[in-house]
Amino acid sequence: MKLSGRGLRCVRGGREVFSGLDVMAESGHAVAITGPNGAGKTSLLRLLAGLLAMAGGSISLEGGDPELTLPEQAHYLGHRDALKPALSVSENLSFWREFLGSASRSSPADAAQALATVGLDHVGHLPAAYLSAGQRRRLSIARLLAVKRPVWLLDEPTSALDVSGQSAFAAVMTEHLKGGGIILAATHTPLGIAVRELRIGGTA
Amino acid sequence: MRETGLESALPALAPATISGAMTLIDLANPSRFLSLAGRILPWLAALTVLVLAVGLYQSATAPDDYQQGATVKIMFIHVPNAWLSMFVWGVMSVAALGTLVWRHPLADVAAKTAAPIGAAFTFLALLTGSLWGRPMWGTYWEWDARLTSVLILFLMYLGLMALWRAVEDPSRAARAAAVLTLVGAINIPIIKFSVDWWNTLHQPASVIRMGGSTLDRAFLIPLLVMAIGFTLLFLTLHIAAMRNEILRRRVRTLQMLQASKSA
Amino acid sequence: MTALAALIRRDVSVALRVGGGALIGVLFFLTVVVLMPFAVGPDLALLKKLGPAILWLGALLASLLTLDRLFTADHDDGSLDLIVMSRTPLELACAAKALAHWLAAGLPLVVATPVLGLLLNLDGVATGAVALTLLAGTPALTFTGMIGAALAVVLRRGGLLLSVLVLPLSIPVLIFGVAASNAALSGPSPFGTPFSILCALSLMSLVIGPFAAAASLRHGLD
Repeated sequence: MKLSGRGLRCVRGGREVFSGLDVMAESGHAVAITGPNGAGKTSLLRLLAGLLAMAGGSISLEGGDPELTLPEQAHYLGHRDALKPALSVSENLSFWREFLGSASRSSPADAAQALATVGLDHVGHLPAAYLSAGQRRRLSIARLLAVKRPVWLLDEPTSALDVSGQSAFAAVMTEHLKGGGIILAATHTPLGIAVRELRIGGTA
Repeated sequence: MRETGLESALPALAPATISGAMTLIDLANPSRFLSLAGRILPWLAALTVLVLAVGLYQSATAPDDYQQGATVKIMFIHVPNAWLSMFVWGVMSVAALGTLVWRHPLADVAAKTAAPIGAAFTFLALLTGSLWGRPMWGTYWEWDARLTSVLILFLMYLGLMALWRAVEDPSRAARAAAVLTLVGAINIPIIKFSVDWWNTLHQPASVIRMGGSTLDRAFLIPLLVMAIGFTLLFLTLHIAAMRNEILRRRVRTLQMLQASKSA
Repeated sequence: MTALAALIRRDVSVALRVGGGALIGVLFFLTVVVLMPFAVGPDLALLKKLGPAILWLGALLASLLTLDRLFTADHDDGSLDLIVMSRTPLELACAAKALAHWLAAGLPLVVATPVLGLLLNLDGVATGAVALTLLAGTPALTFTGMIGAALAVVLRRGGLLLSVLVLPLSIPVLIFGVAASNAALSGPSPFGTPFSILCALSLMSLVIGPFAAAASLRHGLD
């Protein structure tokens, strides 16, 4: 599987964020997108996720499911955790499992397993409102595990995570790459896995 | 930011909801209340049942009114409920002062738990009022000054309950609700006055006239007993509800403690 | 279908839990209806005549005022991004969200109507007629209002702007809803004609609403 974007151009609010950007990622490899604030790291991820309109260029995913678009085969982990505080931790997760996943390929056991992996299995019945920022982030990561998708688009995935959380997440990402997945992550801090760096926005 | 003693058992665990210094003295107060409530509740409940039983018996054996017939007996339920609908708002106003001025940890528990009980009494007053009015007016509802005021009071109770429900953090909700309760306490007489004025503007005489002093002794005594009985009922329900609320908050606190324990 | 059912289930339970605002709409409805006699006067004959109009106006305002968070809540917490990316077509997801909103906020208005009919001195037939027209008409209000709710995400501004955008769109529903209720109550015209048109308006909005909302969400994401 190979994800490639060529000559990408992004315009937001009348301002050109970047243009002529090439991005390439293959099965089993992670790409860390780095660069100064405002260079367009988040914009690039949202462009790939189909959440921003492209002003130019092309994106293709070779070797994926031909009937699905790239966003439909990708997980997007943004700054916001997509959780409802009024619902319990496991209700939040099982909603996304049912809404995003094809029910045939994932079972409730997957959700329980995902919660255990991120270390939230003991709070499954509590409202998500009680979680701290780091725990909310862990719950979002559990979503990546509960529903299998080959491409992970991660925006500052390790922010709000403590050291043990970061190393656990590194293990999760390694596992995903081993299974032939692709990771693109915008980050300021080292992810703890082998990455190829894509620096955007010059050196300023 | 001020905290109730119930929440301050857990300092700095969830900064959004818990802040401020913990004082163990604060905790003692609800605990004392819990043990006290456990001791008096059975007695209070028994007394309530006794007084209400006597009151109901006296109401049932009271003579029929020469004009209204047996329907006058609805009064024995209606008037105590109407009295309580206002009394409970008074209780909540005192509790609101307790929340805002003295910052007493039990005050917002008292205010929160009184609202649904008060709303229930107000609803019963409305229901019995319209049942009483049915033979007199020919309709279940007439925009009579008394009933209309009670209806507005009912709406204010519902609004207050909605406010409590809308804010997840109890101590923040408590202050908002306290302000609303006090504003209501000032406004209720004004509303009552304007509704009376509005009503007399349109229809000079109220259909039901009922002055306490003109009542016959045969009606007055059962009515007083029923009023005392219903007030006791309120006290019983309120103390029980406060106990439940304190326990509910403790469960919430423990759950937050559990959530903050790292895996 | 699992995905849509899950979305409906989630939205309904969020609306009904602590912090959710589903029942506040009913309270608003009640308050608006209670306010009317103070303006009109406690004349029961007059109130009876105005009853269907008052109930319809109250229900219209109540169902629109609760709509403004339909998409903004999901936008603010990031859920909307994932809904847009999902394999479920966005139009269907929008329709599911609107349906959930109607179940949690629109249907209670219909259920509350008989109680309010009592306050306005409407008899059983009239109350039934108003409740029936509301049952047929409130989906149209929700599904038209949904377009405004989607625009509120794009414009990052809800509240009054939403009402100003959407209220004119709901005029046909109001006309035929009140006409059908009045026809059942007194009028010389038959009940069936305006009621059928009301149903037609609802069905049309069921189709147009989701497409328009999905289109404005797609183009407005940032």
